Amino acid sequence: MQSAAFDIAHLLAGGMLVLSFVLLYQDRITAVLNVFALQALALSLSVAWQALIQDAPHLLVTAAIALVVKAIVIPAALHRIVRRLGIHREIEEVIGAGPTMLTGLGLVALSILLVLPVGSSVSILVREDLAFALAVILLGLLMMITRRNAVTQIVGFMSLENGLVLAATGAKGMPLVVEFSVAFSILIAFIVFGVFVFRIRERFDTVDVTALDQFRGERGEHL
Amino acid sequence: MALIVELALQGVQMVLVLAVAPFLLGITRVIKARLLRRIGPPPWQPYLDLWKLMHKEAVLAHNASWLYRVAPYLVFAATWVGAALVPTYATNLMFSWSADLIAIVALLATARFALALAGMDVGTAFGGIGASREMMIASLAEPAMLLIVFSVALVAGTTQLSAIAATFIDSHVGLRVSLGLALFAFVFVAVAENARIPIDNPATHLELTMVHEAMVLEYSGRHLAMIEAAAALKLVLYCSLLACLFFPFGMATLEKEPGDLIVGIVSYLGKLLVLGSLLPIGETAVAKMRVFRYPIFLGGAFAAAALAVFLLFVSRGL
Repeated sequence: MQSAAFDIAHLLAGGMLVLSFVLLYQDRITAVLNVFALQALALSLSVAWQALIQDAPHLLVTAAIALVVKAIVIPAALHRIVRRLGIHREIEEVIGAGPTMLTGLGLVALSILLVLPVGSSVSILVREDLAFALAVILLGLLMMITRRNAVTQIVGFMSLENGLVLAATGAKGMPLVVEFSVAFSILIAFIVFGVFVFRIRERFDTVDVTALDQFRGERGEHL
Repeated sequence: MALIVELALQGVQMVLVLAVAPFLLGITRVIKARLLRRIGPPPWQPYLDLWKLMHKEAVLAHNASWLYRVAPYLVFAATWVGAALVPTYATNLMFSWSADLIAIVALLATARFALALAGMDVGTAFGGIGASREMMIASLAEPAMLLIVFSVALVAGTTQLSAIAATFIDSHVGLRVSLGLALFAFVFVAVAENARIPIDNPATHLELTMVHEAMVLEYSGRHLAMIEAAAALKLVLYCSLLACLFFPFGMATLEKEPGDLIVGIVSYLGKLLVLGSLLPIGETAVAKMRVFRYPIFLGGAFAAAALAVFLLFVSRGL
């Protein structure tokens, strides 16, 4: 039983990591949003499984929040935004897909190397969850760096937050208050992002953030 | 007596892969044709093609060297040895000790090397471009393949195919993300290596998209028959490798009772049939890729295989 519990936790957390890579790799905006929803679904399943094996029913609430907010509400809203911006058919230039994937692999190796020695005192399940969570967080950061479209940058941020929740549930006993406040801050951040994206669009007629670069003061001095 | 039985079982394996190879190719063609709403040739058409080619005159270019004439047999021999070594219906055959995964990768690389040399030998532009593309695909696919080998070997503790299959049948390996990822990467590599869509189109002679066909364009008669048989054998090899590594159920293991052997052979043929029908379904679902996108496609396989190895390290804790 212990081994099956471990295997399924491993499967779900590993699935999240794989989906992070798919996010990094995918260049169609609607597909990115769908993959993000899938990752949130994997997160909620993973959290629900943790609730079962840790015998901690409050984690089920966390799983429900992840499911409703991140797998349904936010992707649906992002789809709406993308549709209203008229970029739902757009194919984004991913900057250097090959190097990005290699960097991503390097980040995964780094997070494994970091977590394994630290967590040698705790159970293998927790240790592994932490390693995966750190990797998902770093990959989310990487996605925010490598994308030029504001919408996919938002997705990178949200997937980073998925990693945070995974880390928090792996470590036993995160208070529910924290989870609620994180979920709400994510929602608020999402609203701010949404407003911001439309403002960028209004100003520059594009959501490509490289357009913003020309308006930075220091650019002109250096060139 | 025991030796003779062992030899016979190994012989059955060798003949089985050779006999079934054109049929597998025929099945994929029929299903693909049906999916495209064509009637398509009967599944035994590749046998007839091979028979016809064997009896046709082999035309050689004036400046063809001995290499050009030797290469088809070399390719066929290397591929046949590889396909005969992969456990199909039973593990622990007589030559199973030599069926190392890395050795099989090396055998396929030898075949590819010979074919690429032959492609460049006559000096036509097609042969050259085909050879250069084939080498590019190989240089991308082989690292991924080796990482898949490592991830499987880390789970099973050996790179010997027959032992891997036996481990996976007997012991409870459980749900492994790593093996799933390795399977995913393996499918990508197999598609690329067998010159199927989206990497290469096996049915076309349109110069822009050819890789494999461009290399063998100058061949005719029995030489072409050898090369086509080798291509069919390679498909069987990859299918049986997939079946042996990831779905080894049904194989006869230690005791080779006749009943077990029959179950083994029937389940092997069933697996081939399933894989042979999945391949054209996948092929019709995607479009051919541009050559410049190959690195991304195979890079995905590499990333998945590398991830599989990393995940194994996490679960065992270095």
